[in-house]
Amino acid sequence: MAKTIIPIGPYHPLQEEPEFFRLHVEGEKVVDLDIELGYNHRGIEKLAESKTYDQIIFLVERICGICSTSHPIASVQAIEDIGGIAVPERALYIRSLIGELERIHSHLLWLGLAGHFIGYNTVWMWAWRYREPILDIFEQISGNRNHYAMMKVGGVRRDIEESDIPAIEKAVDDLVPVLDMFKGVVIDDPVIHARTKGIGILTKKDIYNYGALGPTARASGVAIDVRRDHPHAAYGLVEWNVITQEEGDVFAKLVVRVLEMYESVKIIKQCLKRLKKVKGEIDAKVKEIPPGEGIGHYEAPRGEVFHYVRSDGTNRPVRYKVRAPSYMNVPTNKTSVVGGTVSDATIILAAVDPCYCCTERTTAIDRNSGKKTLTGEDLIRLSQEKTKKVARELGLPLEGKLKAY
Amino acid sequence: MGIKLKALTKSPWVFHLSTGSCNNCDIEILDLLTPRFDLERFGILLVGSIRHADVLLVTGVVTRKVAPRLKRLYEQAPKPCLVVAIGSCALGQGIFKGSYNAPQPVDRYIPVDAYIPGCPPKPEAMIMGIVKLLNKLKGK
Repeated sequence: MAKTIIPIGPYHPLQEEPEFFRLHVEGEKVVDLDIELGYNHRGIEKLAESKTYDQIIFLVERICGICSTSHPIASVQAIEDIGGIAVPERALYIRSLIGELERIHSHLLWLGLAGHFIGYNTVWMWAWRYREPILDIFEQISGNRNHYAMMKVGGVRRDIEESDIPAIEKAVDDLVPVLDMFKGVVIDDPVIHARTKGIGILTKKDIYNYGALGPTARASGVAIDVRRDHPHAAYGLVEWNVITQEEGDVFAKLVVRVLEMYESVKIIKQCLKRLKKVKGEIDAKVKEIPPGEGIGHYEAPRGEVFHYVRSDGTNRPVRYKVRAPSYMNVPTNKTSVVGGTVSDATIILAAVDPCYCCTERTTAIDRNSGKKTLTGEDLIRLSQEKTKKVARELGLPLEGKLKAY
Repeated sequence: MGIKLKALTKSPWVFHLSTGSCNNCDIEILDLLTPRFDLERFGILLVGSIRHADVLLVTGVVTRKVAPRLKRLYEQAPKPCLVVAIGSCALGQGIFKGSYNAPQPVDRYIPVDAYIPGCPPKPEAMIMGIVKLLNKLKGK
């Protein structure tokens, strides 16, 4: 049968970000997939090198609007890692609290969009309606619905007032019946079963091969969660469980996300309870960052966020590196979508909860020859040449040291 | 005001274009359609193609890869087409000013009729922006 190509994107009503998929189909069956990204690349890593450590938190917050506290938490942890800065306990609880509230709003957002993708707009409207109280809490705490700007090197920027806690507790309590309703809708609804069960399957082996993270991995029975594996913020101080499912299909991913929201509620309630008891400073008052390297992890709603910072002792980093979970999750589409039908492709492509604005990378390609103008080796060679040049100008004996690389 | 523009003010259909945003303005735009704000009450409908749209909502800093596509989308739009730039990035590049991949803000590429500032603007601010734009068209 003749192969047909169905282009999706870059601007299409399905997802709000620009991305381009080329579905190669034979009849109804998808036989191959091309993914083209790069529309959202804003050069954040390079920009971060021109900003001070305090400004970087605001910059990385704007990597992604949905996980807009995951990147700052990973970032402040990376910077704190350089200086070995100890964060006050109260600040740790506030960090986890904000992170978990964000997880609930992000998972509800995905649940709504997933409903929209399978043409079940009722789920979309309901999920987004019940997402609003969470955004109201954020507005109450931080003054903004989405970019909260709560993180700071050495602590948090704003305290949570004693008087705010009952309102937050009530909003979170009100959420539990809603989650019960969604659990019923998702787990018992025959329409959702018919559209999501047994499609887009990722096996454990696929997860290991692609290095997939977060709910995508946990839905295939790989129990990885940085909150448990590398305890940070207050995750080592509260009780919660890692949710896994074995099937690896879209339905399993849906179930993992719905059940994770219950765990988030559990963490939030414990954090609020501790916040009433643990008083004191919320900021370690960091004066300067010593030279060195630091890494920070955070389990974003989509998987592990990783930040790397190298400092030379000034107020700006010399290298900033971000790896967002969608960078690992989006390529799994190539396995999950192939073999399915075109009608299932929409929900499978969205099942990993892709966040393209976290993921975008760029490559310079010569238009005439079609070759990459700057590969990784080129950059290393250029860097070494520059170091040699600087060493010659300064009269430093660096030749021997360079060979180590 | 021509008859086309008059018809447009009754029920503006919007198309949303993300030119390299962080997703937040986009989500707030979608939020406008969900039960708390529910803009469909006023005939404002999010459509899937620029060819059906009266209003183009642009969010995000314009990246090098998107710039030619932004111009092309504007050319494809049936005229009169109103352009609304939403969010700090679309207005003046915001925190991404100086990035090697984002040379110019939106209004250097296409004419913009209304600016809604904020990072992200609240849904209420977006509603106010659209209402002001429509009132201005009506000459109020």
